[in-house]
Amino acid sequence: MTGDVLLVLAGGLVGAPTRYLTGVAVKARIHTPFPFGTLAANSAACLLLGFLAEAATGGHLDRHAQLLLATGFCGALSTWSTFSYEVLTLADKGRLFLSGTYLAVSVLLGTGLSFAGAAVATAVW
Amino acid sequence: MANPYFTRHDLPIRPFGHHHSEHAPGGQGPVLAAVAVGGALGATTRYGIESAWPVHGTQFPWPILLVNATGCLVMGALMTFLATRSALVKRLAGALIGTGFLGGYTTFSHYTDNVRELVRDGAPGTAVGYLLLTVVAALLGVWAGVAAVHAVLPASRPGAAA
Repeated sequence: MTGDVLLVLAGGLVGAPTRYLTGVAVKARIHTPFPFGTLAANSAACLLLGFLAEAATGGHLDRHAQLLLATGFCGALSTWSTFSYEVLTLADKGRLFLSGTYLAVSVLLGTGLSFAGAAVATAVW
Repeated sequence: MANPYFTRHDLPIRPFGHHHSEHAPGGQGPVLAAVAVGGALGATTRYGIESAWPVHGTQFPWPILLVNATGCLVMGALMTFLATRSALVKRLAGALIGTGFLGGYTTFSHYTDNVRELVRDGAPGTAVGYLLLTVVAALLGVWAGVAAVHAVLPASRPGAAA
């Protein structure tokens, strides 16, 4: 049980700063109000988790790897709190179209990438 | 009029090609550490809730919906509260509690994977309901968090005299 918690802790310890650094890297290169950093982190996590979850379903990923990579890393790499705060901030600034587009693209792309990741796992095994 | 978001670290005119750290009071290292520690604790808290409330098969994924909605509520309140604080507090507390803890606690990938598994297991209605309800709960959560802090701290309202 303690080992399980430590695996999730370790995954989160790496996942959250990876998301933060993605945001910093994007901000330094692209000057736009569109939150590409969060979109990139969320999308990458959705693709990876789709793959990992399907691999786990097929018995190709043990419980420890699931806790470290799926629950910890992918969970912390992706976020709803920063994402929805950005959606509301854009809307509050009067950029309703950008806000709605960001919301729709994030949800649809993320869901699509979950299926894509799972399809890759199915193809591999 | 003094701009409360500017400190002496922020030169009004920055040299061409300035580095990001020039408008990052506190530096990048402590912020990165705060995000990592917060993210680790947030992910562990989420894991605790998931372990205490297991969901099987095509059951509605209430635990992740609850996690995401409450994380959004606290994020709205936190960001509104921090808007009235100094640049350094805003940056470090925002990194530890906001980007770190709440970012690691809430999860977008588990949300979309729940949707995928519900569709795969033959419950597309539940999948769509969960997809839409999460969007509504998350946005309402942020809005409620912002509104709650505005109600308690009048100085946090936009346009309030600093």
